[in-house]
Amino acid sequence: MSSDFTRGTVNGIPIALGYLSVSFGFGIKAVQSGLSPLSASLISLSSLTSAGQVAGVDVIASGGTLIEMILVQLTINIRYSLMAIALSQKLDRCFSLPHRLLASYGITDEIFAVCSAEKIITPFYMYGMIIIATLGWVGGTFLGAYAGQLLPDAVSSAMGIVLYGMFLAITVPPSRKQKGILTAVIASALASILFYYVFTSVSGGFSVIISAVTASAVCALLFPLKESEETESTK
Amino acid sequence: MSIFVYIATMAVVTYLIRMLPFTFFRKKIRSKFFRSFLYYIPYAVLSAMTIPAIFYSTGNIITSVAGTAVALVLAYFNFPLIAVALSASGTAFITGLIIK
Repeated sequence: MSSDFTRGTVNGIPIALGYLSVSFGFGIKAVQSGLSPLSASLISLSSLTSAGQVAGVDVIASGGTLIEMILVQLTINIRYSLMAIALSQKLDRCFSLPHRLLASYGITDEIFAVCSAEKIITPFYMYGMIIIATLGWVGGTFLGAYAGQLLPDAVSSAMGIVLYGMFLAITVPPSRKQKGILTAVIASALASILFYYVFTSVSGGFSVIISAVTASAVCALLFPLKESEETESTK
Repeated sequence: MSIFVYIATMAVVTYLIRMLPFTFFRKKIRSKFFRSFLYYIPYAVLSAMTIPAIFYSTGNIITSVAGTAVALVLAYFNFPLIAVALSASGTAFITGLIIK
């Protein structure tokens, strides 16, 4: 049990370091959008997502409705359901209901990717990884939110691009390998541009939802998955 | 509306998305369309969030475009997430110093 915890923690160190730098950018962005460092850290602690938090802060900053917030979070984070389903197939027998209720908090892209490499996943392996990753994520947010105010403008404004850079690092490599993903990425970007410059009355959150759902539905029809593609999915 | 209502809403929705399937799901989704749709969704979402917002992310379109270009090249050559993210920012910073 304790060795599982240690192993999970060690395997989680690279994740925590990555989170630390990226969430630093989130902290800066959140403060620039008018949130307090405490609120920014609270969002990181309670949500533990990257894209979902950025979109959530946009909704807050623009004074959006709760319905918009719910739909935005659903659309952006629905991928975690897929990951949760994939992980649920590999859980150890001792993964009881309380363990599942706890561990599901920490299903992120990176934790999912590392846990997928396990043959059988134990609760304490996940806990070790989740705790250290969460420390990195919340700590980075807190530091970014505070240091963002102390740093010179030239530095903190340049940090505004960090998260978007990470998004490119997630979308570009698989786009090279799979036509379906490339099409989804380009179609969604074009739709988003259309909303941004032409249909400006549609709010940011909804334009992301409509763009992504339309592009994904079209690609699901044009490029339905083969089994082999699915297994190497969602990293 | 209090900001904590927003934060709680985000947290509850996100938790349920993870918890419900992790706790209660035991079967495999059969619909090929739905599986494919869910597979493409994360990439499409990230793409729509990134473009065109990334071009305004530093408050200056020239430094943003420079950072974006470097990020695209590094991402294309499979550099790690952190390397791509920080290089984009570093490039934006340096470009800002040059054009001043």
